[in-house]
Amino acid sequence: MTVAIDRATGKRHGDRAPRPGLGQRLKQGYQKHWYAYAMTAPVAVVIGVLVLYPLVYGVYLTLTDANSLNTARTIGVNHIDATYKFIGLHNYADILWGDTAYDRFWSHFIWTIVWTALCVALHYCIGLGLALLLNQKLRGRVLYRLILVLPWAVPTFVTVFGWRFMLADGGVINSALDALHLPSPSWLEDTFWQRFAAIMVNTWCGVPFMMVSLLGGLQSIDASLYEAAEMDGASAWQRFRYVTLPGLRSVSSTVVLLGIIWTFNQFAVIFLLFGNTAPDAQILVTWAYYLGFGQQPRDFAQSAAYGILLLAILIVFTSFYRRWLNRNDQQLAI
Amino acid sequence: MSTTTVETPATVSERTAEAPRRTRGRGDKSLAGSLASHGILIVASLIALFPIVWLIFLSLGPDKDDYLHPGGIWKKMTFDNYSFVLQHTEFFSWLKSSLIVSLGTTVIGVLIAATTGYAVSRMRFPGYRKFMWVLLVTQMFPVAVLMVPMYQMLSDLKLIDSYLGLILVYCSTAVPYCAWLLKGYFDTIPFEIDEAGRVDGLTPFGTFARLILPLARPGLAVAGFYSFLTAFGEVAFASTFMLSDTKYTFAVGLQSFVSEHDAQRNLMAATAVLIAIPVSVFFYLVQKNLVTGLTAGGTKG
Repeated sequence: MTVAIDRATGKRHGDRAPRPGLGQRLKQGYQKHWYAYAMTAPVAVVIGVLVLYPLVYGVYLTLTDANSLNTARTIGVNHIDATYKFIGLHNYADILWGDTAYDRFWSHFIWTIVWTALCVALHYCIGLGLALLLNQKLRGRVLYRLILVLPWAVPTFVTVFGWRFMLADGGVINSALDALHLPSPSWLEDTFWQRFAAIMVNTWCGVPFMMVSLLGGLQSIDASLYEAAEMDGASAWQRFRYVTLPGLRSVSSTVVLLGIIWTFNQFAVIFLLFGNTAPDAQILVTWAYYLGFGQQPRDFAQSAAYGILLLAILIVFTSFYRRWLNRNDQQLAI
Repeated sequence: MSTTTVETPATVSERTAEAPRRTRGRGDKSLAGSLASHGILIVASLIALFPIVWLIFLSLGPDKDDYLHPGGIWKKMTFDNYSFVLQHTEFFSWLKSSLIVSLGTTVIGVLIAATTGYAVSRMRFPGYRKFMWVLLVTQMFPVAVLMVPMYQMLSDLKLIDSYLGLILVYCSTAVPYCAWLLKGYFDTIPFEIDEAGRVDGLTPFGTFARLILPLARPGLAVAGFYSFLTAFGEVAFASTFMLSDTKYTFAVGLQSFVSEHDAQRNLMAATAVLIAIPVSVFFYLVQKNLVTGLTAGGTKG
């Protein structure tokens, strides 16, 4: 890898002089890498201005008691200066240990974990099942594939409204359940059924991505491996367990990580399905949004603090996940 | 060890005895097996189709409470909702805003990310790992992290309720993502091409602009499609940052049909269908590239 890269950039590593001083090294580093820096500069600037600066500003806001009543704002022609003050780590302490912290943070935290785990498990299992079915010689599988990708093709904000019509009190799902003499839950009012409905809709939206990626992974597995396994007398289950699953390992690890990040951050489904009507079905992301923008007065500081906590959870999780994935490799990728 | 060698001939003879009866080739399924496969796939397809078909069906009912009595729609099916939406709502201004914002994000994202994707694919420089780590972490930002500070900054700059503000917000995710995606694509272009360019006396920039960029068109397209679709479907920032109803993107405009006082569900369904058709056609045209691009970028961390 390194050799090829150095060949590509036209630099040779072969005859290196003894280690020079700091100034010399900086100068050399600049001469050697200046085009690399020049090429990465646009993105570095964008990230710096649009991501890091707001992030730092956001962290600062979490250390204050900013809300919509004391931040700088302009009403008509009058400009009102900001009057919020620095309160240290109080917001974090309040979220994690304050009064009613369970109702405000921990209950949403548990529900977010359950939501992420269930959704990703369902996405993966259903997606894998459908991918396996589509990976065999079958009449009309192109058509099946086209239809099954549909929930991904239509924007989420459109399909969620379709689901809302279906789940409404007199909607088609409850009418069908009534006709079958089954109990018809109030999907959009009762907490348990709200959660159930959210998971159902998100599963419906997320399966196609898993299915298509895993299908790509399945097709890249060498057919001769299956032949060899069959020659050795492996049963269908053994072929699945010892050929298919290991063959899917790299695709799986990527899509599961992406799935976890996306589901954890899934905003549109819950926000559009319930709006502000379902405080108990909100996952942390939508709850943070509600605190900062869905209520009056808007609690900017707490909302930002939730955001930082969420990001911290994701970063910790991702680094553990990658370490666990690379546990057999010598070199840790990022 | 010895037991297995003893047993092997027995299994082999069993299998050969079985072989003549088995006329099916590898990969062929029994009738029951293929029926079961078809059955499951048909059920899954119905589940995938139903909410969308239902939405189309409801959009044909003229009255706003028709979704409660779907049986009645058969008798009075009409395209009135569609003509009403096209003539008497802000549909076309929403279309304009959606296109401006999505296309702006796409163009800026791809333009800015292209050189960086090349640099991180080909060169190793001090700070490379940290830079890649930042690119990766930026992709997992929950909306809640940047929303509050962005809102404050944009209101200071008077960019709330402006297209430029929303484009900038979207760029904060689109640019790192495009860079990541393009790195994955550039990695698949052989290094020998760069070498050939270098031997012929091109600078690194010349190699990039004259040799690699033309070859990377499919990769650029994937990055572009992806940014476009993400920006088009984004809900949270658009709902918060766009205030005047002529500047709504579709994701916000669609919500405005259902307020606390009034729910024009028939019009909403018609608008939803009008949005869904072009977007899904576009999606089907590009989806094959999209999938390979998405997973390739990730596996080559």
